Amino acid sequence: MPTYIALTYTADVDWSSPEQASEMAEYREFGAAARAVIRGGSALYPTATATTVRVSGGKGGDVLTTDGPYAETKEALTGFYLLECADLDEAVSTVAKMPAAWNGAVEVRPVIPL
Amino acid sequence: MLTGDAARRQDRAADAAAQVIRAERSRILATLIRVTGNVDLAEDATQDAVVRALQTWPRDGVPDNPRGWLLVVARRRAVDVIRREAHRAGKEAEAVALLDPAPDSPEAVRDDLLRLVFTCCHPALSLDAQVALALRTLGGLATAEVARALVVPEATMAKRLIRAKQKITRAGIPYRIPPAEELPGRLAGVAATVYLIFNEGYAAGTGDDVVRVGLADEGLRLARLLVELMPDEPTVLGLLALLLLQDSRRLARVDDDSRPLLLAEQDRSLWDRAAITTGVALVGEALRRTPVNPDRYVVQAAIAACHALAPSYHRTPWDAVISWYDVLLTVHDTPVVRLNRAAAVAERDGPAAGLALVGAIVGLAGYPWFHATRGELLHRLGRVDEAATAYRAALALDLNGPQAARLRDRLAEC
Repeated sequence: MPTYIALTYTADVDWSSPEQASEMAEYREFGAAARAVIRGGSALYPTATATTVRVSGGKGGDVLTTDGPYAETKEALTGFYLLECADLDEAVSTVAKMPAAWNGAVEVRPVIPL
Repeated sequence: MLTGDAARRQDRAADAAAQVIRAERSRILATLIRVTGNVDLAEDATQDAVVRALQTWPRDGVPDNPRGWLLVVARRRAVDVIRREAHRAGKEAEAVALLDPAPDSPEAVRDDLLRLVFTCCHPALSLDAQVALALRTLGGLATAEVARALVVPEATMAKRLIRAKQKITRAGIPYRIPPAEELPGRLAGVAATVYLIFNEGYAAGTGDDVVRVGLADEGLRLARLLVELMPDEPTVLGLLALLLLQDSRRLARVDDDSRPLLLAEQDRSLWDRAAITTGVALVGEALRRTPVNPDRYVVQAAIAACHALAPSYHRTPWDAVISWYDVLLTVHDTPVVRLNRAAAVAERDGPAAGLALVGAIVGLAGYPWFHATRGELLHRLGRVDEAATAYRAALALDLNGPQAARLRDRLAEC
């Protein structure tokens, strides 16, 4: 069965703050309902905690560390799930039940097995 | 050396063979995709069978069961390829399943083709990719032909098709008929793809030909295929009706200098009566099957039928046309539909009434026909300076050569 990653893009919130408790509860509800296909996943701390790393000049070059996410967007990457589904239709119908799908957007990508 | 008669006989045989092959090709491909689970392999095997049929049928005649013949040859070819690869990978068993002469009943073949339709038109693919895939796999056009038809460089089209097929495989787009509860939504996507193909041919937005006939014919062919596959679905009945009714005007749509003619100016004796009769019957059929919510293609076809049945432009039943537009707005409220409704109101209630409605439409500043319609109504009201400004605004936007020439003529009359 193919594995998909579902990247949740929503407002750049702090999931660990008490204000997010009710939404986190919705995610827990989703997690319980979709247990059969969820293989992993986590919420992420806000993009203010992000550090972007590049190595300039190719392999072995200088490490350039900058503050912030790779791409500055209104809706930020705020979490991810790993899902094992029969096909894209199952992945899409699963993801459609995530709060992020109605608060923001969810990008679904097949994972290359390593 | 063949005598004239023999040569003609052979030509006829070749034509007959080519027609049968064209009709069967997509069905064979669809079945091969199911049994091999691999679009590329299925395409190669189908192509191989087609080439062999083109070599032998004109000489030996079309076999009694052409589909069976093609399927056997294609299947054998696929088995050969899989065996070769399996041998290399040490997975001999995989080819065995293909050798099994599974029953290919007409229902199974129909379902295979339906699966292919819904896979090509899956909403996870871009509309561009859906159109290209539909033309390639369902229409059987070569990549170069698809590229030419859609005015895209061949290399770009080849990449687009490869990416689309890769997405089907890698992202796991399923090869299946959607469940009943998803069907209406998915059917709308399929219809949109076929309509786009037809429209690209019928109202080519670029280039110098008003009608890119090949694409319009391909759209009609695909719509007929959908009706054959789903004879009870109002969406596809409405789609075919709409395409037939629009296409019935093909010969009347341009003048001798290949400039587009408005409905009011067309010679209605050039309209294709047979297409109109079929189209009108399909609209009736589709309306009877339309549930509470009317389907937008059925309603659009009903509007086209009002025009098709009117004996002359000034005897168009504008009340009926406007009522159908009101129905259309309940299911498909877009600025373009509002513009077309306003044009109908202008015919019934006069240019001032139409102009008031056109003026209330927002979001069409980039649409040339918005300005052209305003120009026309202003012109009729004798407000020639404003009409000229509107025509110039239309000409500043994207129009094909003949359309622009027409508007320049109107501008000259201001």
